[in-house]
Amino acid sequence: MTSTALSARNVSVSFDGLKALANVVLDIPPQRVTGLIGPNGAGKTTLVNVLTGFQAPDEGSVTMDGKDMAGITSFGIRRLGIARTFQSGRLFSELSVLDNLEVTGVGLGLSRREACAKAEAMLDWIGIASLADRIAGGLPYTDERRVAIGRALMMEPKYLLLDEPAAGMSAEEADDLIALIRRIVAEMKCGVLLIEHNIGLVLNICDHIHVLDSGEIIEDGSPAQIKASEKVRHAYMGTQAEAGGVVL
Amino acid sequence: MTALLQILFDALSLGSLYALGALGIALIFGVMRLVNFAHGDYIAFCVFALLWPSIDAAAIVFAGNLPTIILIPLILAIGAGLSVLSEILVFRRFRNANPATMMIASFALGYVLKNFLLMLFSSRPKSIDLWSNLSQQVEIAGARIPLLQVITITITIVILIALTAFLKRTRFGLEMRAAAENFTMARMLGVKANRVIMLAFAISGMLAAAIGLILATQSGTVDIQMGMSVMLVAFIATVIGGLGSLPGAVIAGFLIGGASVLMQVILPLEARPFRDAFVYGAVIACLIWRPQGLLAPKSAKQRV
Repeated sequence: MTSTALSARNVSVSFDGLKALANVVLDIPPQRVTGLIGPNGAGKTTLVNVLTGFQAPDEGSVTMDGKDMAGITSFGIRRLGIARTFQSGRLFSELSVLDNLEVTGVGLGLSRREACAKAEAMLDWIGIASLADRIAGGLPYTDERRVAIGRALMMEPKYLLLDEPAAGMSAEEADDLIALIRRIVAEMKCGVLLIEHNIGLVLNICDHIHVLDSGEIIEDGSPAQIKASEKVRHAYMGTQAEAGGVVL
Repeated sequence: MTALLQILFDALSLGSLYALGALGIALIFGVMRLVNFAHGDYIAFCVFALLWPSIDAAAIVFAGNLPTIILIPLILAIGAGLSVLSEILVFRRFRNANPATMMIASFALGYVLKNFLLMLFSSRPKSIDLWSNLSQQVEIAGARIPLLQVITITITIVILIALTAFLKRTRFGLEMRAAAENFTMARMLGVKANRVIMLAFAISGMLAAAIGLILATQSGTVDIQMGMSVMLVAFIATVIGGLGSLPGAVIAGFLIGGASVLMQVILPLEARPFRDAFVYGAVIACLIWRPQGLLAPKSAKQRV
């Protein structure tokens, strides 16, 4: 199969006999936002780890545009054009914002001068050029997230995996994030996987949504289909609605 | 006024040595969480490299007779080479070991180096005449200052500026700073681990060589124990400065140098032989006040 997408094919992972992912099939097509939702511990981050080479699948495979990614290190995968962010930012807190982006450019083979120019252009593109000289460790939460996204976008990856980018953001900040993700798809032609707890945000922006529960994809479809799904309501949102959380 | 100036130069030149030593230790600690106790033996090794191996009481000066323009790069290269070699032969194998294991490996390496020098040169200190014309005095604002002190301080400032420029402006410097903070993350972003670590060892070795040259010129002797006292104070300086913080190491190096010289002056005559007790007392007070060090890196907290 030679589809143009980043795909997980029947991926299974278990930790000490505990199934974290079971037979997961998921496609991240280019220039689309694919959503991945599911309760805590459903295996969302494990799936991102598998897709980016941080975790080898016990069974199944990951392919990018038809190419099997087995045995490629996380850095090798990054160089092939699959970038990710982490739940907890993981910036170099002692380095300036600009240096954080530059070091990625340098690591991917640019000279310092090229990396600096690229990093400046990226900060400008995201709209945080004013933060360039700030030390990353002292940034507010939301800025830290945007810098992390900027770092992941260095060298225009084909696929971008965002692990809970909106956690802790206010509604307005989440709106800014939505606008940014839309631009990443439209202007950088990036295929985005969005992992989020903020279901409103996911329903708002995603073209296609997968619902993961206890390591299995229990449903996938358009936002409307997900909203209407009895299974999803039961397994995931129902519990939240009962707890007074998000009501669809 | 002139007395004050003299004290200032004493403090700065002693502090310079400690700062250079602390920097050498902090650089390595930064990239691989190793407190390298062999650093003092690198200093001794570089000084002995001036001599021809012999166990006679009189030193047979060999490399030490080379013209300055060749001698300095040669000794710096020996320091860098020894340091890089110890990383390749010893420390690389402990890359994933816990810090205590690495520290003990560094002690062992130090013993090997020391005994190697003992075998070749015997334990007797030897005198050496290295740039003895630098002991002449120059007059600065009425105070008579040994030329060597002025040169030591100048060299240290030049080294600090050069190193800062290297870390800030070059790609290797950027990679080194990133790796020092979060090695795993830096590797993942494509920073070449071995290159960064070898570079840190090379710079650290050159700093040791620079200290060796200054010590040999200052004391006119070559002694197996030579690097020991500097290494000890330098290690304390890296702790006070905040382990992993390069500016912290340098500042603390100068502070300890300053405190030593100051106590030598202000302590009553009967207490002066116990100067070091007072200095280390101040060190303890400082650590009680700020256990994480003066300039603890933000990243250090989550890592411990």
